[in-house]
Amino acid sequence: MKYIHEFRDGELARQIGARITAEADPSRNYDFMEFCGGHTHAISRYGVTELLPANVRMVHGPGCPVCVLPIGRIDLAIRLALERGAIVCTYGDTMRVPASDSLSLIKAKARGGDIRMVYSAADVLTLAREHPQSEVVFFAIGFETTTPPTALAIRDAQREGLSNFSVLCCHVLTPSAITHILESPEVRQFGTVPIDGFIGPAHVSIVIGSEPYEHFAEEYRKPVVIAGFEPLDVMQAILMLVRQVNEGRAQVENEFARAVTSEGNLKAQALVSEVFELRPSFEWRGLGEVPYSALKIRETFAPFDAERRFDLRYIPVADNKACECGAILRGVKKPTDCKIFGTVCTPENPVGSCMVSSEGACAAHYTYGRFRDIPVVAAPAEKVTP
Amino acid sequence: MRSDSELSGTGELPVPKPAKKNYIRPLDIKHGRIDMSHGAGGKAAAQLIDELFLAAFDNAFLRQGDDGAVLALPGFDPAQGRIVMATDGHVVSPLFFPGGDVGCLSVHGTVNDVAMCGAKPLYLSASFIIEEGFALIDLQRIVQSMAAAAREAGVPIVTGDTKVVEQGKGDGVFISTTGVGVVAPGVHISGRNARAGDVVLLSGSIGDHGVAVLSKRESLAFGTTIESDTASLHTLVAAMLVAAPGAVRVLRDPTRGGLATTLNEVARQSGVGMLLQEAAIPVKPEVDAACELLGLDPLYVANEGKLIAVISPESAESVLAAMRSHPLGADAARIGEVTVDPHHFVQMATSFGGRRVVDWLTGEQLPRIC
Repeated sequence: MKYIHEFRDGELARQIGARITAEADPSRNYDFMEFCGGHTHAISRYGVTELLPANVRMVHGPGCPVCVLPIGRIDLAIRLALERGAIVCTYGDTMRVPASDSLSLIKAKARGGDIRMVYSAADVLTLAREHPQSEVVFFAIGFETTTPPTALAIRDAQREGLSNFSVLCCHVLTPSAITHILESPEVRQFGTVPIDGFIGPAHVSIVIGSEPYEHFAEEYRKPVVIAGFEPLDVMQAILMLVRQVNEGRAQVENEFARAVTSEGNLKAQALVSEVFELRPSFEWRGLGEVPYSALKIRETFAPFDAERRFDLRYIPVADNKACECGAILRGVKKPTDCKIFGTVCTPENPVGSCMVSSEGACAAHYTYGRFRDIPVVAAPAEKVTP
Repeated sequence: MRSDSELSGTGELPVPKPAKKNYIRPLDIKHGRIDMSHGAGGKAAAQLIDELFLAAFDNAFLRQGDDGAVLALPGFDPAQGRIVMATDGHVVSPLFFPGGDVGCLSVHGTVNDVAMCGAKPLYLSASFIIEEGFALIDLQRIVQSMAAAAREAGVPIVTGDTKVVEQGKGDGVFISTTGVGVVAPGVHISGRNARAGDVVLLSGSIGDHGVAVLSKRESLAFGTTIESDTASLHTLVAAMLVAAPGAVRVLRDPTRGGLATTLNEVARQSGVGMLLQEAAIPVKPEVDAACELLGLDPLYVANEGKLIAVISPESAESVLAAMRSHPLGADAARIGEVTVDPHHFVQMATSFGGRRVVDWLTGEQLPRIC
């Protein structure tokens, strides 16, 4: 496949891996956080860490849209389907995120809720047109990448006068989440989470551009390299980060120049700000309440705001006590530090949200990398059956 | 970095420590309900079978855990061969898709389940659950397609049943078929027979059926030239068994859950691990592109005319040659080998140069693919 396989070339990967090994100073560690779930997935799926020297380590960040959804938000969507009889539509992985009362959207569907998986916000509009007698709600999640399509759907619905369509808006913002991590005591005060630099988002940056990250480079002295989601992009970004650290630089560099510009997609930005405004505060799973970190629908589009339309009240629900998703999302812990990882909590029966999407740190490690956790010992002779 | 030799099935074999048994939450019979993941052919389906069906029906034949049961019949001399019985329901949506329809699929599916036991399929039964209001012209088209597939396979449909349910209580037509066949003496094929060092063969490109069906789904509908690979595989199986008698240990058709889930089933059944070579697994560029676009992994997409075989190493090349000289195995490939692994991991050396687990399918991405 043209323009895809070129970015998964094994030979090039080995060459970049060799360069990273040659340039990384063996007397120190390099800890880089990949913010996005897309990067986490690429690293795990292609085995990128196996091509890195031991002192270059990747810390998974909170950039998996499904992972950061708090239980209370899923509960709202489930209640809309089960108690209000609405047709609730959402993106695939959201279906399996555990909610209150041992439910998830997929289980609520089995209990009679009309819950549907969609590929795009436009599909929800089509559904609303086809079911004029039903309330059709789009449970909209995601970072800046998925926000413009939701904005477009809302604007189209208004222009068309569609009266049975609304959006339960859970769109969140990348820069405020990064700031929150950099301001966290583990990073800023105690230094228990060493972060030497960030791999910046790919698709998010196509929309918002590279400028929003200048602040981190300047204020926190952390290098940021924006990278695409292909494994070679990630390798190249790691090499660029190693070089910045070695040279004492903290700059925003753009590895993903084939798609990301410094100002981003201005049209999409204008559309988003026409439809949405900042929420003063939003609860993230793992990060807690983060000020100005999410979007809500503007007053002008109030009829399309499911929270207003159904008079929904958000009730925060605490995570399972044994679940370490919070610490994992902040980079404080690794999936294997969690007592229930791979035992009680598996992709089939996720307890925490990081075990749901293949972009989640736990699911990515469980699905692709868990064989690495098992120490290799010599075989007892009698067990060898040639 | 661990070298691949540490995982290979031959030579000095380091074996990982037995890990604590994964705690799997049992089915919640009292409050739980069937959800779509129970039909996806992945771990949820396996758990439902183990804890509910196997628990209730428990017997030695069911415990074989294969696509069909190899039976003992009173008065039937096992030295003359053994009877195989297999059954399969078909609920594919849409009913008609590029390269096939629910009719021919329901013949191929069961013929293949019988064939994967190493048997020659002899007879089929067919049971129809039809929704009130279903167009007779469509039913005729489906039935004629079944008849053609049965004729082509040389396996007659000898008995059947017809039921009708009210409008809205079915979705067009559901077809269940059951097949009976005979395994020749000396042929012993089971998912339990894989041994470390054996070679894993795949009969052709993966993901064709799933992508063909998806391309016609209302919500997706994309243009593609891909057709379903739906086909009866028993003549391919026969050619393989002749090529190297006794060398074929496991046969499976990777339907729901795809290649990844099927190999995990075999690894679990045989108590072994596997190491696959990503670069060796054939995927058509169109399938690859469609999967990329839809966020699917071809390893988990259904096939209806492909098989995987686990072969003793010394005969792998002759079986592969036999497969390649059969029209349904022209693109057959050696995709990996069986390893010693008490955790029963299926691992893959990626084309990128790393290594990763190839896990069971989780959840439900593609309901009603077959």
